[in-house]
Amino acid sequence: MDQLVTEKLSKTYGGSSMALQDVSFSAPSSGILALIGRNGAGKTTLVRILATELAPTSGSASINGIDVVREDKRLRERIAIVPQEARTISWMTPKQSTLTYLMWRGFEYSEAKKRAEESLARLKLDKYADTLNRKLSGGTKRKALAAMVLASEADIIFLDEPTTGLDPISRRDFWEILRELAKDRFIFLTTHYLEEAEQLADTLAVLGGGRLVAVGTVPSIRGRIRYQYSVNLPAGSPVPEVAQGEVTTGKNGEIQILTNEDEAFAISKRLSVAGSRFSIRPVSLDDIFFQLVGESTQGEHEVPTPGADGGWSA
Amino acid sequence: MRRSHSSQVLASILVNAVYEMKNYPINLVNTVLSPLSFLVVIDFVSKGALIGQAIEGGLIMSMFQSGMSLQGDISHLKNDFKLQDMLVSSPASPAAYVIGMAASEIIYNLPALGILIVLMGVYVHPGAFQAIELGAALFLMFLTSITIGFMFATLSSDIVQSFAWSRLLTTIFTAITPVYYPITYIPFPFRYLAYLSPTTYVAEIMQSVAGSLNLSEGAVITDWAIIGGLAAVLLVVVSRNARWKEA
Repeated sequence: MDQLVTEKLSKTYGGSSMALQDVSFSAPSSGILALIGRNGAGKTTLVRILATELAPTSGSASINGIDVVREDKRLRERIAIVPQEARTISWMTPKQSTLTYLMWRGFEYSEAKKRAEESLARLKLDKYADTLNRKLSGGTKRKALAAMVLASEADIIFLDEPTTGLDPISRRDFWEILRELAKDRFIFLTTHYLEEAEQLADTLAVLGGGRLVAVGTVPSIRGRIRYQYSVNLPAGSPVPEVAQGEVTTGKNGEIQILTNEDEAFAISKRLSVAGSRFSIRPVSLDDIFFQLVGESTQGEHEVPTPGADGGWSA
Repeated sequence: MRRSHSSQVLASILVNAVYEMKNYPINLVNTVLSPLSFLVVIDFVSKGALIGQAIEGGLIMSMFQSGMSLQGDISHLKNDFKLQDMLVSSPASPAAYVIGMAASEIIYNLPALGILIVLMGVYVHPGAFQAIELGAALFLMFLTSITIGFMFATLSSDIVQSFAWSRLLTTIFTAITPVYYPITYIPFPFRYLAYLSPTTYVAEIMQSVAGSLNLSEGAVITDWAIIGGLAAVLLVVVSRNARWKEA
């Protein structure tokens, strides 16, 4: 199976600032791999190394057996990236942007023009094809950037926080584009929208403080955390007795009890009898993220373990 | 897949010259006016006596400006649009990208160059051999400025800084130095300072070829050697030190 493999990948900037530390994992290079982490977790550094833009300080990485450092030219034949702060060129149109991107990749003008038109139509951007980029909405500009890489022959696409700053409707529109892209390509996506990762990811990787905290499918990561259920009470409620679990209070005073299934139902029963208002649900990816990254940033680094679902390992 | 290098060069020209001129024609007016405005002022103040030097100065300024514009344009595309990052992670050839960008600057300046060449024909009347000499001197000017521009572009991380450098260098090397007027107008010892600028050598060659400055054969050969040598050294330095991607 085609794999993305990293071995003890590290990157230090300026001799002291460590952005990535011994990141080792393997995951299938198909579908969508979502990399999540806080700002400064090392997501962009990892993407830039894998996309051959940046050399690692130590360690190695390969995609489908192609080494990202030693065989960078070979890998560049197959990859495309939309960097985090990429913008469409203001004095051009989506059609001109896509056409010239393809020509830079070496396509002849006529072939590039044909592919550009097809790609814009596929993403329903044909009505904006000849509109200046500066006149487009933020969401349409992002789609135009996606159209550029979609039009290319690349089968490995890196998208660094492609939906940051988009409104919820535009973001959901963009998800459809990502699903379209992922039909026949490998999408490596970074995001700090956990809902986005949960909706889209075939494989999820979590970075915290430059270290890999977890990797696997969403259910497998869900199964790896200590507490699977969340009981939530409104602000000011009396806190029930919790035999096993963690009690936290949110900024708005809402009380959250993270616990296991049996304890969650036992607490629910007591709260029901007492007539208290509460809700109970399985933990969300948000809760998982905070459990994983919270532990990691406190120095209790969780070493991901190999799983049997989908061939990922760490 | 077989990749076309000529397509890669053409892509840079389309982005940095053709589409910009097509979609924002006001830029053309600015490009044409810059060298012509100095020309008009010099001609007016000298009552027509320095029209030849002013035309030659306009050509030198156009060529130098091309190199400085390359610096601003590459920085703009790299830092503000992250285009270079997109191209690094692709099969795009760095050499084709840069050659295309350099060519785009000349194409962008074609309207100004066209007007100046016509004026040159009308007022200076160069013969065929002189025209070749003038063309060669301008080509060396272009090579020198394009390498300086590219070197600055690879080091720059801020577009405001890039445009500031671009304007500063253009002013120093084309407006203050003896480009629009003969070097003999500068009193000693300040005249020696003018020789710190590559544009001075090109201006001396052009003024000498056009017959508006009397230079010994040795001095002209020295000027050719200095500007040719400088262009060659800068090309080597840039090709060795320019950064396509981060280390």
